[in-house]
Amino acid sequence: MHIPDGFISVPVAAAAAVVAAGGIAGALRSSRRLPDDAAAPLAGLVAVFVFAAQMVNFPIGAGTSGHLVGGALAAILVGPSLAVLAMTVVVVVQALVFADGGLLALGLNLTNLAIVAPVVGYLVFRTVMRIAAERRAAVPIAAGLAGMAAVLATASAFSLEFWLGGTDAVDASLVAAATIGVHSVIGIVEGVITALIVVAVLGLRTDLVAGVRRPRPDVVDQGSGLAGASDGQSGTPGGQRVVSTSDSAER
Amino acid sequence: MSMEWLGQRQRGVAVVVLAGLVLSILVTTVLAPLASSDPDGLERVAEDLGFADSEAQSATADSALADYALGGVSDEGWSTRGAGLIGLVVTAGVGFVVFSAVRRRSAGHDRAR
Repeated sequence: MHIPDGFISVPVAAAAAVVAAGGIAGALRSSRRLPDDAAAPLAGLVAVFVFAAQMVNFPIGAGTSGHLVGGALAAILVGPSLAVLAMTVVVVVQALVFADGGLLALGLNLTNLAIVAPVVGYLVFRTVMRIAAERRAAVPIAAGLAGMAAVLATASAFSLEFWLGGTDAVDASLVAAATIGVHSVIGIVEGVITALIVVAVLGLRTDLVAGVRRPRPDVVDQGSGLAGASDGQSGTPGGQRVVSTSDSAER
Repeated sequence: MSMEWLGQRQRGVAVVVLAGLVLSILVTTVLAPLASSDPDGLERVAEDLGFADSEAQSATADSALADYALGGVSDEGWSTRGAGLIGLVVTAGVGFVVFSAVRRRSAGHDRAR
């Protein structure tokens, strides 16, 4: 998923660097007011975990492998702004220290992995949760779809970049079809892993999942096996959460 | 913002971070050496459609840690583990600098109000 140098022309890579810089600046701006002192260290932890998880390539058959991108996971756990910053740290370290993703292609990889993946993942997660009236039972489905959509969006972004500036004469529509095709398989795995981790964290500490809000009062949440409707967690549209004292009983 | 809830999530965040770091170390040392060395999705597409040879070497390709292998370590598993652990430390270090700055600025913003 990391684009090496040479695949995409330098002008398009430079344009992507501008897009990435804009996205990172936006993330810095909207993280100017963190909900609490725990948000920053948790974002740092997410960066470390995503770095580790991206080292684990899983085989998807036909001599091909994939690894977790983690953009949707990061956004669900710490919110989209801190997720963009965490993914930026990961992608920059990978390019500079591990030669994973080209140096000239850094703007492309930041755009695809650090901006598109967490933003699309978060939008899909929140949309599904809103449709499901914030039911806890919907969390695995929402997280799974978010992970899958984030990977497909990343593959689509690469396809667009190749169409704009691919250095090889190969038909860009063939590249798009093949890239999105193989990443729909990788995306399924991404969705499953994202859902498993989000559900596990939610089960241990509801207050650590920024994307999950309190279920609507008119909704009776059944069979989620998780914290239920009375966990005392509430949310505001700004992504800030308030954890009431009743929450401490869970720990 | 009442002070009452501020401590709620704060309390135990050190434990959460510690547990997450241990989990990340386990992923790096146990799972990463087992990782598939098959080409990833993008590399596969590039090979199949014949544009893999348009790849140019990154300026950092000579890094002692390039491709998640610790230079000079012949054992593949330990080479991966070593490179991965260094990667965790570097990511944690860069993350600490970035997110400390974000937190300081956020705190300053609150005080300014």
